[in-house]
Amino acid sequence: MLHLILFLVFGAICVAGAVNLLVQRHPISSALSLVVVMASLAVEYLLLGAEFVAAVQVIVYAGAVMVLFVFVIMLLNAGEEELTKGSSVAMVIGVPGVLAGGLLVAWVLIRRSGQSAVALGALPGYPKTIGWLLFHEFLLPFELTSVLVLIAILGAVFLAAKPDTPPSPEGRKG
Amino acid sequence: MVPVSYYLILSGILFSCGVIGFLIKRNIITIFMSIELMLNGVNLSFVAFAAQWGHLSGQIFVFFVMVVAAAETAVGLAIIIAVFRTRETLNVDQVNLLKL
Amino acid sequence: MTPSLHLWLIPALPLLGAAINGFFGRRFSRQAVSAVALTFAGGAFLMALYVAARFSSLELPYTEFLAHWIRSGSGPHMFVANFEFYLDQLTLVMLLVVTGVGFLIHIYSVGYMWEEGGFYRFFSYLNLFMFFMLTLVLAGNYLQMFIGWEGVGLASYLLIGFWFTKDSAASAGKKAFIVNRIGDFGFLIALFLLIKHFGSLNFGQVFASVSQLPGEIAGYGLLTSIGLLLMVGAAGKSAQIPLYVWLPDAMEGPTPVSALIHAATMVTAGVYMVARSHVIFDRAPNALTVVAIIGTLTALFAATIGIAQTDIKKVLAYSTVSQLGYMFMACGVAAYSAGIFHLMTHAFFKGLLFLGAGSVIHAVGGEQDMRKMGGLRQYIPITFITMSVATLAIAGIWPFAGFFSKDEILARAYQANPAYWFIGVTTAFITSFYMFRLWFMTFWGDYRGRDTAGGHADSHGHGGHGDPHESPMVMLVPLMILAVLSFVGGWVGIGGRFEQFLAPVFGEGASTAATEALSHGTEIALIAISLGAAGMGWYLAYLLYLKRTDLPQKIADMLGGLYETVVHKYYIDEIYATLFVKPLVDGSTRILWHGVDQGVIDAAVNDTAEGARHVSDAARHMQSGNLRSYAGWVAAGSAIVIAYMIWMGVR
Repeated sequence: MLHLILFLVFGAICVAGAVNLLVQRHPISSALSLVVVMASLAVEYLLLGAEFVAAVQVIVYAGAVMVLFVFVIMLLNAGEEELTKGSSVAMVIGVPGVLAGGLLVAWVLIRRSGQSAVALGALPGYPKTIGWLLFHEFLLPFELTSVLVLIAILGAVFLAAKPDTPPSPEGRKG
Repeated sequence: MVPVSYYLILSGILFSCGVIGFLIKRNIITIFMSIELMLNGVNLSFVAFAAQWGHLSGQIFVFFVMVVAAAETAVGLAIIIAVFRTRETLNVDQVNLLKL
Repeated sequence: MTPSLHLWLIPALPLLGAAINGFFGRRFSRQAVSAVALTFAGGAFLMALYVAARFSSLELPYTEFLAHWIRSGSGPHMFVANFEFYLDQLTLVMLLVVTGVGFLIHIYSVGYMWEEGGFYRFFSYLNLFMFFMLTLVLAGNYLQMFIGWEGVGLASYLLIGFWFTKDSAASAGKKAFIVNRIGDFGFLIALFLLIKHFGSLNFGQVFASVSQLPGEIAGYGLLTSIGLLLMVGAAGKSAQIPLYVWLPDAMEGPTPVSALIHAATMVTAGVYMVARSHVIFDRAPNALTVVAIIGTLTALFAATIGIAQTDIKKVLAYSTVSQLGYMFMACGVAAYSAGIFHLMTHAFFKGLLFLGAGSVIHAVGGEQDMRKMGGLRQYIPITFITMSVATLAIAGIWPFAGFFSKDEILARAYQANPAYWFIGVTTAFITSFYMFRLWFMTFWGDYRGRDTAGGHADSHGHGGHGDPHESPMVMLVPLMILAVLSFVGGWVGIGGRFEQFLAPVFGEGASTAATEALSHGTEIALIAISLGAAGMGWYLAYLLYLKRTDLPQKIADMLGGLYETVVHKYYIDEIYATLFVKPLVDGSTRILWHGVDQGVIDAAVNDTAEGARHVSDAARHMQSGNLRSYAGWVAAGSAIVIAYMIWMGVR
């Protein structure tokens, strides 16, 4: 019972944040809505027992990624969005398509849901257990992600660097 | 006891909101945020399935998704900065040089 | 078993000459080219003489096998055609005429063409013609004869259009080849009928099979059809009605070409073919009648055109058509040996006439219009004498060659049907008239060519340079030899010797009986009448073109429209153009070119390309460069995929 109520409440906050992201015109407002979504999602994870994931969600996602977003918005001084007329395809075909797809999936899920249900804190995801799995079964992907992060850092530094005048041969000689 | 499908429907709603945001928003950063929204929705469904089947690899996968999302965000925002430098605009409708 | 005569050498030698001159002649000097051409043409002639020397020891008909060619099918219905040679008296006559006259004309051409461009090309073509003509004459089956048949048509085209930069020459060559092809179509159908019904084209086998069939007296049967179709081919090659129109135009070629191909040899191929196929014709009297009628009408028709022509070569061209008509008339009354006799004497005097005309044209610096000639006998006496001999021969004056052969034909024609004889005599009168007209206009009276600055018609010639001059010796010697032959050539026919020589070929038992039916008195009367006709022709020409030269114009004015029609060759060329050529060309342009080639084939290719372009044009709008539209497409697509998967899962 409690599970259901908590689920519904935080689910509503999630959806509200998501809709707000769509509705707001200033990107900073959208960013803050996204933070709200992430926070409530962290609670949802906790309801399912995924403690470690919930903590990582808040620390990494909401705490680092969204901060990066906010930094960039400030850096680029993004203002309110202008309503330019870009593409009719997106509106005419895309949105109905998404809605149709989503409704279809929802319909299937509802039809086949039936029996399976989860209890509060169903699968406890202790850091110890997660760590054990990461370093045993999932060692390779784990190491690869470290490489991935390295690549991302290099890429970000290179792409976002200020375009100085490239070092000229004359400069070297002198 | 909440049926798993409820979690999945919530995940679907979040995902759809993300896609719609991608389609109707014109600011490139907002579009990026919609992508993050989509990823979050997917994460929720992973965790829900993990709880349903009692297998922790679902949560491990969420971990990896977050890592990838972080890396992708870093690089993507760097690209946006680079594009902004040349095009002076964040409006995605005005960055259409690949038009045939 | 007689040792091989190596008959293949006779056509092969000129072929070798043609190849050498054709491939390498460009780098040779004129002397080298002439040497090559004359050597190989002379070699063929020597081989022919050798064959003649060995002739009496041969078993006739003598066949020689060279190589296998076609072996199609199997069993009793297998069709076999080989490269083989066939030699009998008829072949020998043709062989000697072709190689002998051919060789003389080769010699003459060295002088005539000395200053022309493309010297090596001319002799290469000339040798090539000899090769094909000899293949035709020596052929042992109809298929090989057809090779020669087509080949001489090709050589004729190449030589008529020798000065191909001139539009009229190129068109004349085309016309000759195309009209020939129409005849060849008939020939081909006849060959197909032969293959179908007799299973072979070999002379020996076909004639053996045909002689077992009864004659077709009434109605039309297989042999009549074959005969008629062969006649179509002969009409095309030998310029008879209705396919004669190419021969006058063929005068665009150099004069030696006209002498060799269009007087002495190629045009006689049709007569030779009819004579060779006499076994078929003997059993198809209706076809034979058609041959006789065509020959007679052509003889008269062409002669009437000849009297109004002003170009010296055109007169001779129509004269050739007319004389060929005589030969076909002879074949048509089953007097094949008479036809071949006239073929031989005609080769001598017509060849001489053309070569002499060439000498005249050379003398006056390229002018071919007789109205601008005259009084040339003082300037070019040797040419004058030789051409006089030829003119007397063609008019049928005793004892020149033409008298004997023409009289033979007329006598046999009288036996068959006096109507043929009457038209023949009338034609003889007209022939004598126009030939002496030519003679008087060219050699007698005053020279009318001085005011016009020399040659412009024929591209041969080196401009006007004062007085006409005699040709070089290399051109005169062949003239003299041919003049001697035109004088004595008919004497082989005295006492029926020529006919007896050819009797084994034609098996003319029936005809010899018929000759005996002609009483001596009738024969003398016929000879007297034909000599009288020739004499009247001479007198009329003398009257109109030497004594009272104002009369022709007055007569022309009097006759008005009739004269105009004759001068314009009865407008036959114009009629053909309207009836056949124009519809064909128009149809080809509108239906085949615009309709099919441009409308269907080009359109198919172009429209496919256009269609591809339109499709890609429409598709490219998807590449708008707009991020959101891409996302829209992705979303819609994924919705479709999800729907499909659900549908598959639900089923």
